[in-house]
Amino acid sequence: MRKPSLPRLLGLCLLAAATLPAFADGGNILIKNATVLTVTKGRIAKGDVLVLGGIIRQIGENIAAPPGVRVVDATGKFVLPGIIDSHTHIALAGTNEGSEAITPEADVGTVINADDTSILTALSGGVTMAHTMHGSANPIGGPNVVLKMKWGKPSEQLVVKEALRTLKFALGENVKQSGRTVQPGQTQRYPATRMGANAIIRREFEKARNYMEQWDRYNKAVASKNPPGNLVPPRKDLRMEVLAEVLRGDMVARCHSYQATETLEFMELAKEFGFKIACFEHIWEGYKIADELASAGIGISVFADSWAYKMEAAEGIAYDAGYCAKRGVLVSINSDSGERIRRLFNDAAKTMKFGGLTEEEALKLVTINPAIQLGVDKIVGSLEVGKQGDIAIFNEHPMSAYTRCDMTIIEGDVYFDRDLILKEREEAAKKAGPVRKDGGVS
Amino acid sequence: MKRRALFIAFLAVILAPFVSAQAKTGKVIAITGARIIPIVGEEIPKGTILIKDGVIADLGADVAVPAGAEVVDAAGLQAYPGMIDGYSSLGLVEISGVSATVDNRETGRINPQARALEAIRYDSMHIPIARSNGITAAVVAPSGGLVSGVSCLLRLDGWTNREMAVKTAAAMHIELPGIRGGRGGFGGGRRAGQVQADGPALLAELKELFNSARAYEKRRDAAVKSRLLALPEYNETYECLLPLLKGETPAMISVHSERDIRAAIPFVRDEKLKAVFYGAEQGFKAAEELSKAAIPVILGSLYDMPPVWEDGYDAIFCNPGLLAKAGVKIAFSSSSASAAKDLPYHAAKAVAFGLDKKEALKAVTINAAEIFGVDKTMGSLEKGKAANIVLADNDILELRTNIVKVYIDGREADLSSRYTELLDKFKKREKEDK
Repeated sequence: MRKPSLPRLLGLCLLAAATLPAFADGGNILIKNATVLTVTKGRIAKGDVLVLGGIIRQIGENIAAPPGVRVVDATGKFVLPGIIDSHTHIALAGTNEGSEAITPEADVGTVINADDTSILTALSGGVTMAHTMHGSANPIGGPNVVLKMKWGKPSEQLVVKEALRTLKFALGENVKQSGRTVQPGQTQRYPATRMGANAIIRREFEKARNYMEQWDRYNKAVASKNPPGNLVPPRKDLRMEVLAEVLRGDMVARCHSYQATETLEFMELAKEFGFKIACFEHIWEGYKIADELASAGIGISVFADSWAYKMEAAEGIAYDAGYCAKRGVLVSINSDSGERIRRLFNDAAKTMKFGGLTEEEALKLVTINPAIQLGVDKIVGSLEVGKQGDIAIFNEHPMSAYTRCDMTIIEGDVYFDRDLILKEREEAAKKAGPVRKDGGVS
Repeated sequence: MKRRALFIAFLAVILAPFVSAQAKTGKVIAITGARIIPIVGEEIPKGTILIKDGVIADLGADVAVPAGAEVVDAAGLQAYPGMIDGYSSLGLVEISGVSATVDNRETGRINPQARALEAIRYDSMHIPIARSNGITAAVVAPSGGLVSGVSCLLRLDGWTNREMAVKTAAAMHIELPGIRGGRGGFGGGRRAGQVQADGPALLAELKELFNSARAYEKRRDAAVKSRLLALPEYNETYECLLPLLKGETPAMISVHSERDIRAAIPFVRDEKLKAVFYGAEQGFKAAEELSKAAIPVILGSLYDMPPVWEDGYDAIFCNPGLLAKAGVKIAFSSSSASAAKDLPYHAAKAVAFGLDKKEALKAVTINAAEIFGVDKTMGSLEKGKAANIVLADNDILELRTNIVKVYIDGREADLSSRYTELLDKFKKREKEDK
């Protein structure tokens, strides 16, 4: 076995140190003297935020620290609600069950990977919560899960049970598999067109209706006064069970779509079958149908400006998010990535230039808006008394290009602390001694 | 008489790339009342810039506006030199996932014959978007393989590729392997795996290739002088490498890991190349050596993860500041076509992690001009330089800043783009809906 080099070992130690929750604060913390951006209740020029037992108990000026509560002096800094990513795929041991077109039974909640370092990356960008989703390989993918970025905790403690239950749908190039070359001996998967994608979703919902009716009749028969003696229950179908939940309104649709037509047609399907769409994902042509989206009360979760990577993203203009927000659509900016997740605030800020949003409106795109989309706005998404203490501290206004996240707090516990990391680095460097010419340490 | 005409024609050909497409009308444009950030020289809180025949005729706090000048009232605005993108695929990549629109990556490993200039789609939808964010020139680079081809320095305005070329051969591109298998992106941050291919071995391969090319040149030149000697068969690869080996074209070496950077420094010295490094994500670990060797660095996109996690979560953001502090000349790049407009935001990100703000501004303007040898005409607002001027309503590196006017070689550039065209088209619905 190769001997691990000293710098590597050191690096790993550093990593380990930096990756444990910095302090066990028991969910108690007082942040003092910051510009507090509450998102929903205006801003306080020089304010304090007190979190006790994981819950925000007080926001205001000159709050006295209860005994034993850690005090963070944030003079000159900005305090905001923890950033929420409405659409990503981090912290999963699998993303796409792409072998078949219809896989609503493939639940990403069963493959949460709490050891994914993307959680740390997210924390370093002020992200406290992420909707981590099934991929877009299938017209009907699987259920998604909402996680808190509680690095170091077991996966079940990451899950946000209060969140809406969401099922991933997808349309367009990915489900058509237009980027895939069919190998000799293989047949192309159905659907290969947008017609097929729409048709297959309709077919599955027809089947689900039929399945529900079968069970309904069976249950009615069982419950009747004189149940027939030869009653046989319908076959249990795990796929249909999930779709039945969608039709009953116990789950909502989150649909990956790019183009205007496929989006409008998915809205028609929702009307036809009476299910609820919480949000369209990416929807680069949202600006073309902003009014339809607004009047249907459907949110969108989009990139700020990552576009032109495929044909259906060729009309993805940077004004999409800002324009839709101005037209009354509930907009969030998502990462879809384990890298972009740490600069969601930069992406949100772009809507000030492209779309003319104010600082406050732009900040909503990564805080309260995604919280509403995930059904967790009662507990997170803004700084309000009674909400959970999910907080980020930035050195400059989060909508400035020069800003940096210095601390990330979840339910009153510090999960990311830049000062601490810098201090540990310095100590490690001291211990390691001078750097050798070859880059190692002597 | 004829000789004089010939001389003038000769001059015109020589100077053509450096002088604007702007006709010499003698018309004067006076930008007045702007806060002038010239990059080279002191900031002028409130001053005037005179543009004549495509160049900056004068600038200063007390410059008089000549009679008949077209006055542009820039009160409340800030004037910067146009920004220069140190590495992009503008005009070579339209829609990255549609191979029919991708022209930056030739097949095979050794492609010194591939010239970006000859493939640039100059009416790319990405160019007006970059331009409307204050970027007035960009290096358009080929990529892939070991020798990727020749980049072109392009001014982001004009009607043909040749007209837009400031330097038809900006650099010969050489690529050493990246540190990680891939970039961040879908489904995860850090990718597994250490350095894949062997940088030093590839440099050894290049040495051999260069030696062969030099030997070929000797045989060829000798045969040209003496008809008694056999003329070597034409070798495209060697022929195309010669400008690099003679130092006429600089080498831009994509180099990422500390080990490869340390190997590439003596390689450049031994091969007597004029070199600039690209990427250098672990450059901060060899900053002193880079500084001593006076090798400038074009930084890659900062929209990336640290090269290895052990470098620190913020390594990619801190690297520019640490390099600059060590005295390395740095310039930022978008490393993109579709996100070329983001050039200033990479610089601002580096400021958030320690880079001096003035240094950041230089790293999107004059530094790139110096690195590519066009600082006599570009990269700052100075008398006699090409009038590449950006008028902004705020700090040019800020995300919220709007670019109000852009002049490229004295000509006011069109700031409309695919973005604005599509927005305007669908905005028309607002009226119809009512």
